[in-house]
Amino acid sequence: MDDLLRDFLTESNEGLNQLDRDIVDLERQPESAELINRIFRAIHTIKGTCGFLDLVRLERVAHATESVLVLVRERKLAVSRPVIDDVLAGVDAIKAVLQVIEATEHEPAGNDDEVIVRLNARVPGNAPAPAEATSAAGTIELFETGEVIAVHARAVAAAEESAAPAPATAALPEARPAGEPASESKPAVADSSLRVNVVLLDKLMNLVGELVLGRNQLIQLTAGQEGSVFEAPVQHLNRVTTDLQEAVMKTRMQPVGAAWGKLPRLVRDLAAASGKQIELVMSGAETELDRQILQAIQDPLTHMVRNSADHGIEAPDVRVANGKGRAGTIHLNAFHEGGHVILEIRDDGAGINVDRVRQKAVERGLVKADAAAALSEQQVLRFIFEPGFSTAAQVTNVSGRGVGMDVVRSNIERIGGAVELASRVGEGATVRIKIPLTLAIVSALVVTAGSQVFAIPQIGVVELVRVTEEQQGRVQEMHGTRFYRLRDTLLPLVDLSALLALNHAARTTEANIVVCQVGALRFGLVVDDVYDTQEIVVKPMGRLVKHVTVYSGCTILGDGRVIMILDPAGIAATAMPSGQSERTREGETHAAAAGAGERESVLLFDAGFAALQAVPLRQVARLEEFTSAQLEEADGRLLVQYRGALLPVIPANPAMDVRARDPRPVVVLGRDGQAMGLAVDEIRDIVEEHLKLEAVARRPGVRGVGVIGGRATEVIDTGHFLAAAGHANQEEPA
Amino acid sequence: MTQTGIREFVTFRVDGQWLGVPVATVQEVLLAQRMAVVPLAPAEVAGFLNLRGQIVTALDLRTRLDMPGEPRLADAMNVVVRHDGELFSLLVDDVGDVLAIDAEQLEPVPLTLDAGWRAVSSGIVRRDTNLLAVLDVGALLRLDTLATT
Repeated sequence: MDDLLRDFLTESNEGLNQLDRDIVDLERQPESAELINRIFRAIHTIKGTCGFLDLVRLERVAHATESVLVLVRERKLAVSRPVIDDVLAGVDAIKAVLQVIEATEHEPAGNDDEVIVRLNARVPGNAPAPAEATSAAGTIELFETGEVIAVHARAVAAAEESAAPAPATAALPEARPAGEPASESKPAVADSSLRVNVVLLDKLMNLVGELVLGRNQLIQLTAGQEGSVFEAPVQHLNRVTTDLQEAVMKTRMQPVGAAWGKLPRLVRDLAAASGKQIELVMSGAETELDRQILQAIQDPLTHMVRNSADHGIEAPDVRVANGKGRAGTIHLNAFHEGGHVILEIRDDGAGINVDRVRQKAVERGLVKADAAAALSEQQVLRFIFEPGFSTAAQVTNVSGRGVGMDVVRSNIERIGGAVELASRVGEGATVRIKIPLTLAIVSALVVTAGSQVFAIPQIGVVELVRVTEEQQGRVQEMHGTRFYRLRDTLLPLVDLSALLALNHAARTTEANIVVCQVGALRFGLVVDDVYDTQEIVVKPMGRLVKHVTVYSGCTILGDGRVIMILDPAGIAATAMPSGQSERTREGETHAAAAGAGERESVLLFDAGFAALQAVPLRQVARLEEFTSAQLEEADGRLLVQYRGALLPVIPANPAMDVRARDPRPVVVLGRDGQAMGLAVDEIRDIVEEHLKLEAVARRPGVRGVGVIGGRATEVIDTGHFLAAAGHANQEEPA
Repeated sequence: MTQTGIREFVTFRVDGQWLGVPVATVQEVLLAQRMAVVPLAPAEVAGFLNLRGQIVTALDLRTRLDMPGEPRLADAMNVVVRHDGELFSLLVDDVGDVLAIDAEQLEPVPLTLDAGWRAVSSGIVRRDTNLLAVLDVGALLRLDTLATT
């Protein structure tokens, strides 16, 4: 592509990004001369350069847009919504043409007459080109081709101004002709920044990574040699390297506001289309992020703001009826929090109707009605991130097609982030995205398993648990699946050595558990030793190993060793396949206790029926034994004083005399407050099985019959027993 | 190829068999390197090595080519090749001279050769005392090609 054309495209695009925002701002501040001037200059610059590049179509539409802006600037035309609409239409037409030029280097065929006619209609008597009207505008028409450089320089200056705060802009201030009004640009700013190719920045980053390694090796070599002649120079090198690393990292950082540029326009258009009044308030735009991450969050962010505007904010009349102001507000906020960047999208709209989500989840077959009723609000809200889920009563042209939130989640999780949703009916919803500062260098925990060293990104780690010999009892191994009792929840354990098939006998005396969080799933990774946290440079793994999902990359340690970076999400998927989807399908009693999915842990017990009974282990809170004395009869049912509350006890078999066995084994089901004890004859086993129900239930309390361990086994319907225990409200689908 | 019709190959030996890859693909040849084993990686991947801060995937040619001999990974030489912007090390027993031959001397792979080998060879060179198979690095890196035999 011709250099001049390429520069023109780069500058125009920069200018246009800011332009959308400025035009929307103008609607709110119609008196701002600065805004009008800036908008005018951006369009004017494009129009001017078109003439030299022989872009006739672009020039016509830019000209028409500019004509309207001239009138606005001269206060001959008041800023109103229709006027702004037309100007935005002009800008859109310009963008569309630019896009084609970027791809093909030529203007597309056709014309923008429709837009031009609209714009021209705003100009009384269809005033001639504004060239004569203003001083700066005269240049293009008056000068001949010899002035290309001059125009070019001015284009840069204008783009520079309008593209602030984006730092990367080159300028040719010396090329500005003497006669040009210099006041429009800020040479000081232009001189202090320049455009640098991203590839070069990446290369710099790599080189610094190598330098860091070299430095680390030197430090190791000279360690312990006191009074060595190398001591002072190595220390100096150390300091400089650290500073250099930091500085180079900073070159890749961009303010998060760069990803927000398009949002004001988006919200305005959505509001206009739906007849709502929406204000977008943005704060923390200066918060910096690695450019790679910035690119990754752009689409999810747009999607969620669109959701807030479309689903969240109510129509003005509805808002007034609910005692709110006519205009809704969407707050977009970015800030740093403990080495991460938090992005919050908060609206004061209607909030999310949890009951409707629950109902929808049941309709979609994501969860059974009884199980859905037992879910907490937070758990129900997670369904929104399931593929194909939408609660919009009707599909609008902007959202409600049920695509999106699952993509949002997977996009964010792919860059090591997490997304959370909170909502209060009538008060609004908040989406909170937590993302790492950079993908290139992450803070990671260094652990060992077998004799091998691995790194785990800190972002996925919740806590570390050290299990000493005395606490071994809290690790319960049942039929090959191990759990750890962590504060009343059963934490499924994944043994790293076993997972990676390392030739290594698990240590029996003590273990370290790295508690990892992947989405809603929490599990413990058993490792031998946990070392400190290190800043590591993430390197891609190469194509031959890329498919091994337990890793997210590799890195080089200070001593030059290559180690693998573990990916908690990949480990969860490998060790507990479909653990997530299975859990949401079945409803859960313990988010943390979600075990294997397709092969899930099942508790087998005998209750005097012909067949063994089974209950998914994740629906089991605890296993207890109660003596006959503890079982009290009141209100026509059996109760046990248990953990400061009364726990209803129901026999698994109606024919059972609960007191006949002393003590009586009881399986505690359900959450605190809505828990119940299921009296059984004998706990038999915990097995891992594909829980596939092959025959339907005939008897109440049985969900179905499946083959477990080669025997027909009845899987109990937890909801039935919870309902029988008086938690009847759980039966009603909300 | 080149104007003179001369083609050059870096030659090496695995399990007694002479093999070669085009000189242009080879970045460097290294002595045995410290290698990081990658659990769960395909058997052909011997591990990763650190080449001045770059990650190089080491390919165990003996396993890749289904050769019977005992693995000699500990003292294997590394023929570092670049393919599609990524670095790979071919682990070999010995590295020989650079072989320069006239393009015409490169013979097509005989149909009688094992299908797996045919999939990764781009030609055969007849030498005085032995045969040399010219390997196609791209094909070598498609690990599934051998599995189909």
